[in-house]
Order: sequence, then structure tokens, then C-alpha cells
Amino acid sequence: MIIISILLLGTLGLLMATLLTIAHKKLAVSLDEKVALLMKVLPCANCGACGYAGCENYAEAIVKGEAEPNCCPVGGREVAEKIGEILGIKVETKEKVVAVLTCQGGIEECKERFIYDGHLDCKEANIIHQGMKACLFGCLGLGTCVLVCPFNAIKMDEKKKLPIIDEDKCTGCGICVKECPKGVLKLIPKTKLVYLACVSPDKGREVREVCKVGCFACGICVKACPYDALKMENNLPIMDFEKCIDCGICYQKCPTKSYVDKVKKRPYALIDTTCNGCGECVKVCQFKAIEGKIGERHRVIIEKCVGCGECFRVCPIRAITMVGALGYTYKEV
Amino acid sequence: MNISPAKVFFASFLVQNILLMRYIGLCPFFGVSTRISTSFGMGLAVIFVMLLATLITYPIYHFFLLPLNLEFLRTASFILVIASLVQFVEMFLKKSYRQLYNALGIYLPLITTNCAILGTTFLVIDYRFHLLNTIIFAFGTGLGFMLVIILFAAIREKLDYAPISNSFKGYPIAFIAASLVSLAFLGFANLFGASL
Repeated sequence: MIIISILLLGTLGLLMATLLTIAHKKLAVSLDEKVALLMKVLPCANCGACGYAGCENYAEAIVKGEAEPNCCPVGGREVAEKIGEILGIKVETKEKVVAVLTCQGGIEECKERFIYDGHLDCKEANIIHQGMKACLFGCLGLGTCVLVCPFNAIKMDEKKKLPIIDEDKCTGCGICVKECPKGVLKLIPKTKLVYLACVSPDKGREVREVCKVGCFACGICVKACPYDALKMENNLPIMDFEKCIDCGICYQKCPTKSYVDKVKKRPYALIDTTCNGCGECVKVCQFKAIEGKIGERHRVIIEKCVGCGECFRVCPIRAITMVGALGYTYKEV
Repeated sequence: MNISPAKVFFASFLVQNILLMRYIGLCPFFGVSTRISTSFGMGLAVIFVMLLATLITYPIYHFFLLPLNLEFLRTASFILVIASLVQFVEMFLKKSYRQLYNALGIYLPLITTNCAILGTTFLVIDYRFHLLNTIIFAFGTGLGFMLVIILFAAIREKLDYAPISNSFKGYPIAFIAASLVSLAFLGFANLFGASL
């Protein structure tokens, strides 16, 4: 009995082992060495942001020469450079982008037109009279983006009913942007700090009726922008990212605070003793935060200073410093 | 045991559903049932492997183990055969049917020696089915698995939005929901007189 069972199990095991060994040899998919190397470099999250079904397909496409090595937004510059090393080519890296929510109309700011009782999915809610929000263009806050994010970078602010995007986790794959039926999620360069958070192309009065934080196209920001980076189109100021230097003046001037300034705490200006009182800074300050007589040392009224850095940029003798600018550097023009 | 194939099918599919009535294969049932799309892939993979496993173990049991009085070896030998066979199929799919591999690939190794698969192969032996009933039983069980896991995934997708107290969030409420679905399936008892 024992001998027979040993023999039987042994034979079975041997048979299966032979089968698998033969299969391993015969059926081996000739995985390119380069593909295997690339797979080690790629994030292997299979998010599909590159346009291929998964990381393996993308790696194959790179090796075949069908895909550019810089299409992986998740890995960004590091991965693209490593891919370049493996393939022995130089790679131009794309700018790292993150998703942002361009709507601030939470449940408080933008009321609901009717009570939506259906399946908690933005796409389904959007089918019914374009959703329950008073603003036809605003975020529905049902969390389709939270569900689709493969990196768990989005969570829902239950009080406001608006999604919050964790920028450290967001890889800029753009899946949420594609899935959002309202188009309120956008990809912007990670270095971009100020952006307009409203997408409603409605006229001013209509926007004001439905939303407290919606842009009603007053045009104050367009006039205030010292760099000519804003242009009014379709009742919305369109920002030219090339020209914008994130000074945040538009955010400060906006009467409804439709802008978002990612700089949590901006520093304030300080004029030192070398100031000769030329008065250039007084001219550019849009917040009347600098006072002083011509020819004498000027003074900054700290309460009024918003930290836009305009005076800092125009001062001909560099007598102005921005205080408390930890982790934030002012862009030169 | 001589029993009509229709009865075998309904018994395995609904009346004695493997997940809700027998409570076998709970690990994939709770692990992969968070999204409908993944549970669909899992269901397909289970049907496939279940058919394959019963088909291969049936002759092994009836032509080798039974004549040699080695029934006690069935666990060891079945696991060995099923695991290596699924491994082989995975390689084969990877080589020949890339699309199918992409769809099923990640689920196949998960269920190689899953208890639902092994349990089904034992059940068909315990019920003394002939070959046709064996195939129908395996197919019905796999189909039942798929039906229940997809239904349950739909429930769990809804559960994500429900206001559940912290201590019940996640698996606890999933288990409670599963028990309720199981109760609902009791309604199928003796459907078409199908029970084994």
C-alpha cells in the first residue's frame, strides 16, 4: 500500500514536473531582455495613463519604437531618464502635472436644485437634468473621481461634498479628468500655484444667483494682472501659464475668491535701510500696502501686504526682501 | 448516483450555491468582490478552472485511486494535478491567447488551489456522479460562484457610500451583508425539486 501510494504520487509529480518543464521551454514567451529591464523601472501600477493597457504593453511598445519613453506621467522624469539609460537614448522629459479641482461650489456655496436620490455616481446623476447642483457646470460631489483614482489620491470632503486631491499621491495620470462628467478636474503643471477654480461660462448674474464662489466675469483679475496673463473668454478669465508667475494678485483681487492659491501662507515685504525712496514700489503695489514720502525710506503696512512680490521685483536697488518665504521662492521676471 | 442533469445544474447553481449555502471559497468571495469588473473576471476564471479541474481529477480518481484503494491520496494528488495544470494553462494562454491572458491572467494563480475548486472536485466524487453530471455540476457551481460574486460586488460598491459606524466598516459589514444574501438564497430551497 505504502509503496503503491509513493509510486503513484511520485509518478504524478514527475509527470507534472516534466509537463511544466517542457511547457516552460516550448511555450516561453520570448520576453525581450529590454522589456524585462523596463518593467523593473516602470511603476507597474497598470493605470493606463500612457495610453497602453498596462506597463508591460507600454514597455513592449517602447522597445518596438512605437511609443515615446516619456509617456509615463506616474514615473515622471526619473522613470523617463532610467528608460533612456536602458535604451541608450536621451529623453526629453515632460513636465510633471497634477490634477486639480476647478470648482469650489460645495454644498454651502452652491445649493441643490432638487434632491437626488439615485445611485451615488456623478455620471448617472449628470444624466438627470445635468445633476442636482444649482450650477449646471459645477462639481456634483458624488465621488466618481474618488472611485476611479488608482492611487487613492482623492478623498471626499464630506462636509463640503467636494473631492480633495492629495498632491503628493497624485501622479497626473488623468483618469479622473477623463471620468469626470462635468469636466471640473484639470491637469496643471505641478509647479503652478494659482489657478481659476470655476468653469461656468454663464453670464455674471446667472452665476451669482446659483453660486457664492463662482466667477461672474467681472474682469477685475484681468485688469489687475501685471503680466498680461489673463484674457476674458466665454465669461471666464483664461490663464496663460507661460506668462503667469503665480504672484497671486488675481486671487487677492477676486471678489468671490474664485481663484485658488496653493501657497498656504505668503510672506510679506520688508524694506531695508538702503531704500532711497524712489517710489517705484508704491506705484506697483495694488494693495496700497506701501507708504512713504519720495526721497525717504518707505514702509510696508504688513496688514495690507498680501505677499505678491511685485515691489520686490521692481525695486531697482534690491532694498526689499520677502520675509517668511520658507519653501517658496519668488519668480523673477 | 443517478440524478437528472437539470437537477444537478440547478442544485449547484442556486439551491446549494457554493458560496452562500456551502460557504466554501470565502477568500476570493471577500477578497475580489470590491468592484464588479474584477469580480466578473474572477468569476470567468473560476468557471474555467473549475471545469478543467473536475475534468482532470475525475479520471485520476476513477482509473487510478479507486482501483488501487488509494482514496486517501485524493487531496494530495488533486492539489498536485490542479496546481500544475493551471500553471500550464497560464503559460499556454500567455503564449497563444494574449488577450485572454490579459483578462484572466492575474486571477488564474489566485485560484489554483482554491478551496472552492478543490471542494468541487471532492463533491462530485462524494455524490458519485457520472461524467456528464460531473461536468454540469462543475459548470453550475462556477456559474453560481460568478453570479453571487457579481451580485455581492454590486452590494459592496453601494456599501462604500452607506453611513456605516466605524467599528463595522470594511469586512465586518461585508460579512453581515453576505449572511443576509445567504438568507435570501434560502428562498431557492427545493427549487424544481433540485437538491443533492
